[in-house]
Order: sequence, then structure tokens, then C-alpha cells
Amino acid sequence: MISDPNAPNGGASGTPASLAGVTASNLRKDLRLEWRSKDAINAMLFFALLVVVIFSFAFDPTAEESRQIVGGLVWVAFLFAAIVALNQAWMRELRNQVLDAYRVSPAPANALFLGKAVGNFVFISVVEALLVPLFVVFYNLHSIGPTWQLVPVFLLGTWALVVVGTFFAAISLRTRSREVMLPLILFPISIPAVLAMVEATTMILTGTEAPKFWITLLLVYDVVFTTVCLLLFETVLHAE
Amino acid sequence: MYAIFGDNGAGKSTLLRVICGLARPTAGTVHIFGSGDRSAFTGRLGYMGHAPLLYDEMTGMENLRYFAGLYGISDSARCEQAITAVGLDPALARRVGEYSQGMRQRLSLARAAIHDPEILLLDEPFSNLDPGSARAMGRLVAEMRERGKTILVVTHQAAHLAEIADESLWMAAGRVAAWERGIAAADRALASAVLS
Repeated sequence: MISDPNAPNGGASGTPASLAGVTASNLRKDLRLEWRSKDAINAMLFFALLVVVIFSFAFDPTAEESRQIVGGLVWVAFLFAAIVALNQAWMRELRNQVLDAYRVSPAPANALFLGKAVGNFVFISVVEALLVPLFVVFYNLHSIGPTWQLVPVFLLGTWALVVVGTFFAAISLRTRSREVMLPLILFPISIPAVLAMVEATTMILTGTEAPKFWITLLLVYDVVFTTVCLLLFETVLHAE
Repeated sequence: MYAIFGDNGAGKSTLLRVICGLARPTAGTVHIFGSGDRSAFTGRLGYMGHAPLLYDEMTGMENLRYFAGLYGISDSARCEQAITAVGLDPALARRVGEYSQGMRQRLSLARAAIHDPEILLLDEPFSNLDPGSARAMGRLVAEMRERGKTILVVTHQAAHLAEIADESLWMAAGRVAAWERGIAAADRALASAVLS
């Protein structure tokens, strides 16, 4: 007998699964898969480390010059590194056509999206946490503005990259050249967020003025795109 | 139990994918349990694809627990029972990527049936199996039939269903070309005659 109809929690097939429960289950699964394969983290770390080292030697900037350029360098490094994680996140669902098992289940589509987005947020945050100290060392960085303001910039900026990236990675999943397609559609739409991240980071490091406008822009960007992605993801998931 | 036969490209797998909502029909609608709304019956179907639909990096139990969660089932004992029922060891620490083809197929069947669906759609459950594993898979499918489940099986290997199929249909060019009681239509010669 495969399953017992009298078993607890379960004879009735297709009991609705909660959004929070399935999101947590998807997140646990993605963290477990990444912990075992380390595909995304290793590739992201290697790529971002390369950017830190190469630009450090190429520019050899003074402390003042560093404060001016590091905002751009940091976010370009993380943006390109994030592409690796975003592609990997959905590639796992294509192997063995596992995504089909999710599509035929009654689990909420948004739980898959949220699980992936939060998982990617964790992976990219880990890489950021490991690389920011290296940026400080290699570029001799000393922030003139309040350093704590970098925390909301990094949190909001990383979520901006992750939420839009996870959504567009799902869209490009069924295209033939998905690795090429993702940056092509992600970069243009990320421009407002990247601009805000770079400007806010530079303002904090140089201490020229308060980055309130750019942080607000990031917040609005996050809210708008998170809402749009959640509204549209079910259509993307069930598209052929 | 319905056995579905046909040459490659006849539309057998597509039929199953259309029924479970993975593909849209080019014409017509699918009604199950009197409803054409997919969300009304999605949890009452179980689908075993040609691919295993399992994560290679996780163990069998980890896979089953995850997929059970998609149906709101949080009972670990039920996953253990399902995995034991298909002849696998719930405590097996090996990841699915290291399983043999037969073990993957059996775990895939357990995954498809974990939520005790009323209708099971099985796409090539006997493919790439050695004779012993194929017989074991046939017994599992027969057991499910005995429990009153409606089962649609796409296969090229009619012999495994000879004793258990109630009806069989032969597909050609996306259409049902023959429909018989028992397994008679599985006979290619007969089907060819019907087609001609």
C-alpha cells in the first residue's frame, strides 16, 4: 500500500498547503541543495574576488579615490556575481524536470518564487559579507559618513537584485540561451536600483550628503517589483 | 486501469501532460471529476513523468518529505510508509543521484502517489528497467489498481500490463485510433489493422 487514507493528516488528497509553510519548505530545500553542491556560492565568490583583486591592482587608488569609485565597483561585482546564483537557482529545477512535479501540485506558485528569492538573498548576502572586508582592505576604505547606513543600502539593494533577478531567471528558463538572456533582460530593468545603490554607497563613504533620496528610491523599487513579481509569477510558472 | 500505446510521437505523453495541466490542448478541454477548472482537481491527480522528477542531491526520504509538503502533508511516518511500500529503505542515506534506474523509478512512483491521489498518470514506468525491476513495478501498479485508483499508463511494454489493464487504447497522430477492453489493442498487428 502506498499511503493510508486513515493516516493522520492525510487521506484526503490535495490538502491545501499554506504559503508560509511551502515557502519555508522551498527555502530549506534550496539551502540544502546549495550546501551540498556549493555551485552558486563558489562561482560567485570566485568572480567577485577576481573583480576586487584585478581592479585593486589596475587602479591602485588613494583612500580618497577609493571612496569615490568603490560604490560602483562593489555593486558591479555583486550584480555580475548574482547572475551566477540566479541562473543556478532555476537550473536545479530543470534537472530531472523537477519543476513539473511542483506545477502539478496544488502548492501556491508564489511559495516557489519567495523560497527562491529568499534563498538567493541568503547566498548573495553571504558572498557580500565575505567580500566587503576584502574591499575595505584592498581599497584602504574608511567611511566618512555614518557606516551603519550601509546596512539598509546593502539589504535593500541585494533584495532589489534578487527579486527582479529571480523573476527574470524564471522567465528565461525556457529560452534556449538562458545564461545569455538573463543579463540582457535583467540589467536594463535593474538600472534604477543599481544607480540608487551606487549613489547611496558613494554618498555614505564620502560623507558628502545624506543618501535619503536614494534609499527611499531603493525601498520603492523593492516594494513595486516584489508586488509585480508576486502578481505575475503564477502565469510565468505555468507558461509553456 | 487504462493502458495507452502508440508509436513514438503519437501523443501519448502529451495526452498525460494535458490531463495533468502541464500542457495546453490545441483544441478541446479536459474535464475531470466533472470540472474543467484545473485548480479543482489538481491535488487529486498524481503524475509520474518520463524523467524521475526528483532532486539528485537529496536522499529518497528528503525528496518525499519535500513533495509531501507541497500537498500539505507534514507526517514523516507517511513518507516512510510510502517509501517502504515501493521496496526502498527510508533510512537509506544515499542521494537519489546515486540510485539505480529501478530505484529511481520506484521512488518516482512513491512521489507521485504520496498524497493518495484518485487518478494516477504514469508515463513509461517500465522504461530502462531490468526484467526483475519491471515486474516489481508492475506489481506496485497492480496493487494501486486493486485499491480502486484510476490509472492511466503510457508504455511500450504491453506485457507488464497484460494481466491488469482493464482497457487499452492505441494512439496515432494525436488521436485515439483504437479502444479495446483488456489489452488486445496493444497488439501492434491488430492496431495496424484498425488504423488501416
